[in-house]
Amino acid sequence: MNRIKCECGHVNPEGTVLCEACGKPVEGNQHIDGNEKDKLLNMRYEGSARRSKTYNRNLVDKTWNFFSSVKVGVWLIVITLIASSLGTIFPQEMYIPPGADPATHYEEQYGLAGQIYYQLGFHNLYSSLWYMLLIALIGVSLVICSIDRVVPLHRALKKQKPKRHHTFLKRQRLFSQTEGDVDIEKFISRLKKQRYRVTRQDDSILAEKGRFSRWGPYVNHIGLIIFLLGALLRFIPAMYVDDFVWVREGETVVIPSTHGEYYVKNKNFILETYNEKENERFQAALQQEAAPVPSNYQTNAVIYKRTDPRVVGAEPELEPINEAEIRVNEPAKFNGFALYQSSFQQNEFTKMSFKLHETGNEEKVLGEFTIDLTSPKTEYELDSGARVVIDQYYPEYYLDNGEPRSKSKYPKNPAFVFYVYPPGEEKPEISFAGIGMNIDATGENDYKLNLAGFDTRDVTGLTVKKDYTLPFLGIGGLIFMIGVIQGMYWNHRRIWLQKSKDKVWIAGHTNKNWYGIKRDIEKVIEGTGIEMPEDQQQLKG
Amino acid sequence: MGDLVTISSNLLYAAFIIYLVATFFFGATVGTKKQDGKSKAGTIGITLTIIGFLTQVGYFITRWIASQHAPVSNLFEFTTFFGMMMVFAFIIIYFIYRLNVIGLFTLPVALLIIAYASMFPREISPLVPSLKSHWLYIHVTTAAIGEAILAVSFAAGLIFLIRQIDQTKKSKHTFWLEFVIYAIFSTLGFVLITTAFGAMDYETKFEAPLDGQVVTMDYHLPAIAGPHDGESVSESTIGPLFETPEWMRGQEASSKFNTLLWSLLTGLVIYGIVRLILRKRVAAAIQPKLQKVSPDLIDEVSYRAVSIGFPVFTLGALIFAMIWAQEAWNRFWGWDPKEVWALITWLFYAYFLHLRLSRGWHGTKSAWLAVGGFAIIMFNLIAVNLVIAGLHSYA
Repeated sequence: MNRIKCECGHVNPEGTVLCEACGKPVEGNQHIDGNEKDKLLNMRYEGSARRSKTYNRNLVDKTWNFFSSVKVGVWLIVITLIASSLGTIFPQEMYIPPGADPATHYEEQYGLAGQIYYQLGFHNLYSSLWYMLLIALIGVSLVICSIDRVVPLHRALKKQKPKRHHTFLKRQRLFSQTEGDVDIEKFISRLKKQRYRVTRQDDSILAEKGRFSRWGPYVNHIGLIIFLLGALLRFIPAMYVDDFVWVREGETVVIPSTHGEYYVKNKNFILETYNEKENERFQAALQQEAAPVPSNYQTNAVIYKRTDPRVVGAEPELEPINEAEIRVNEPAKFNGFALYQSSFQQNEFTKMSFKLHETGNEEKVLGEFTIDLTSPKTEYELDSGARVVIDQYYPEYYLDNGEPRSKSKYPKNPAFVFYVYPPGEEKPEISFAGIGMNIDATGENDYKLNLAGFDTRDVTGLTVKKDYTLPFLGIGGLIFMIGVIQGMYWNHRRIWLQKSKDKVWIAGHTNKNWYGIKRDIEKVIEGTGIEMPEDQQQLKG
Repeated sequence: MGDLVTISSNLLYAAFIIYLVATFFFGATVGTKKQDGKSKAGTIGITLTIIGFLTQVGYFITRWIASQHAPVSNLFEFTTFFGMMMVFAFIIIYFIYRLNVIGLFTLPVALLIIAYASMFPREISPLVPSLKSHWLYIHVTTAAIGEAILAVSFAAGLIFLIRQIDQTKKSKHTFWLEFVIYAIFSTLGFVLITTAFGAMDYETKFEAPLDGQVVTMDYHLPAIAGPHDGESVSESTIGPLFETPEWMRGQEASSKFNTLLWSLLTGLVIYGIVRLILRKRVAAAIQPKLQKVSPDLIDEVSYRAVSIGFPVFTLGALIFAMIWAQEAWNRFWGWDPKEVWALITWLFYAYFLHLRLSRGWHGTKSAWLAVGGFAIIMFNLIAVNLVIAGLHSYA
């Protein structure tokens, strides 16, 4: 390394623009920070030697220099910004109606533009490889930018001396020269009153405050890195569980993704809506709504832990560990897991009773039977000796081009094809029965099945979450906030004063908020005879 | 209960009028020699602003008591609160810099925002389960304060541009500056036209197909653009001039599109009249009044507002939002359009700060960025709610 020895005696690392100790511009390096002869000095990184501005020999240097460029970082931000906005033109795939086929949905809904959107993969933009790559590049840029600057900046601020080279002072944005006597002691005591740290070296004074604000950007970048790494941890299966379970009222089911360790029972699902009488204040708003406005979705649940050694086929022994009312915004928590109220189905059928009677004569009953829809039997014997056989069961019946089918295995709209064997008969009559329908396919049936009654229950949909990445995200967010407040709400201000024979020089620099430092200087020089520094970078107009 | 609601809305009206009067006092300060807060008109202006602000706080508190939840739960309430926080942010900036001219530009924007808010349903609305959380007011108010402080940066940026841009010749700068002024006039146009036809109880109905069913669509402004394949069912004499493009779907899409057209047209008329009276660009007419304003100081105010507002915005619109989303929807981030646009706003201001701190973008460039940032905030408030409705469709 070619160290640079300044005339003040300080030895600077290669690539230094302004001597770390006295600030004298190092000849031959001024182009690095774009300093022009006699114009103001670029004080952004104190003219310290940054790796990216010093070496550019091999691939490592070139990569480092690429990512350490703020220009590159800013472009990455802009590209991410534009890319993010593209994903909001049409809904993302997760927000299209459930069951809709994205391949056709976008075209049907949004025409050609929708089709292009789909084919470019914008319907899943935020989980696409290129978008994640962009975020990763921002992460790399954050790390390299920060390291490239923080190390030399820290060095320069630590090595700085009160005694500065005269060109350094003259080429500060705030500078003035006073001829004649000035009251230095008053100046110093005023500075201290303004909470400046004052250091003196012969006839040179450095007053400084808020230096820690310079570390703000680096602190907030550390916070962002932790946050991004936390988000990355999500891809490690043990760190993150996202599952879902439907639980019917009265049922106890195993909670998925807990390795069979935990069970949940749905005691009751409650849906409440706003009632105009009880909520007079909402009357006007409620009248505008066509449908009732929900006020509460709630599952009264019991969470169990399995206590027996797990044996295949054995009934689990369960010990209740938590009795919870799970509401939106109030998840139930147990052992790192959380259960969220996410969804529900009302009035799912549990039991259906049918009555068999003679066609055209409802008084002549041959018997009744009840089907447990969760486990229907294949055959039901009636008191009269008649038999009913279930030939087909459609839990959620619908007609698909004239063909009966079931949308799901859940009894939301149950329908059956029954073979009815009247007493003593070997040949069955075929009946089709469901909610609000009873079809006699041949029109020649002597007996008819009538719906006699049914039971329903609600189903609650619970999301199962375990997320060990949250602490990382929280700490990352906290550090970011500390850093950004540190950097934004404080300013690093310095005032230099130097006396030589009959002249006094004063110069001031701040990393931002020049109005503030000017007011500080106005206060500290009052009555000292020092002339107010001139702002050498005033905008014309 | 009804009484409290009436008191509440009267307080809001009063605050509106007080802000309006304060604006005139700030107006009287420009062009005079004293640019610091020492002019009499300026003192009256800031006093009135504070009284107006307290009056609006009164509106907020009474409405909170009446509704039994923080009044930031629908578009009217949130936007009104946003306007109130803009005034608050201005008061803070005023006591740092004592610049009357900031008041002259911030208050009208706040007034427009409050007027805009009142075009939406003002009934006290019930909270759906996902909104029932303390995070409702923690997240929403912090986000609104952050955005409001950033909005002051827009006002300062606008002053800078009007003050500094060379009006002797036509340029991209003069065009876009006039465009910004036109956009402000269009917002005014929206308020005026909606109020005018609202006062007449104007209504016209259409029947049009939507998702395979024929539905009735209500228009509260005469139809310039009717629904696609729609048929008028009112005895309206003014028929639609053309149909809304087919890709604009939804129950209210065509009527919203129609309202947008009306706003843009009314804005054009207002702009045209102003331009005819002034006989020069609107910004060129204001420019001489701002000659006493120091461009350096205004540039700094604009930047300062961003540096104060950015952390608040991050906290409210991203961090608190994530905590709440985790509680309510079990995921802290779901790429909902409103979330994405909050991220875009954040990225934009991060871009602003990097350019300013590391690449030395000062003055005109920085002022344009401040204007751009505000445009994004407004886009998120207006367009994302009304056009790209997602989970945040309530506000």
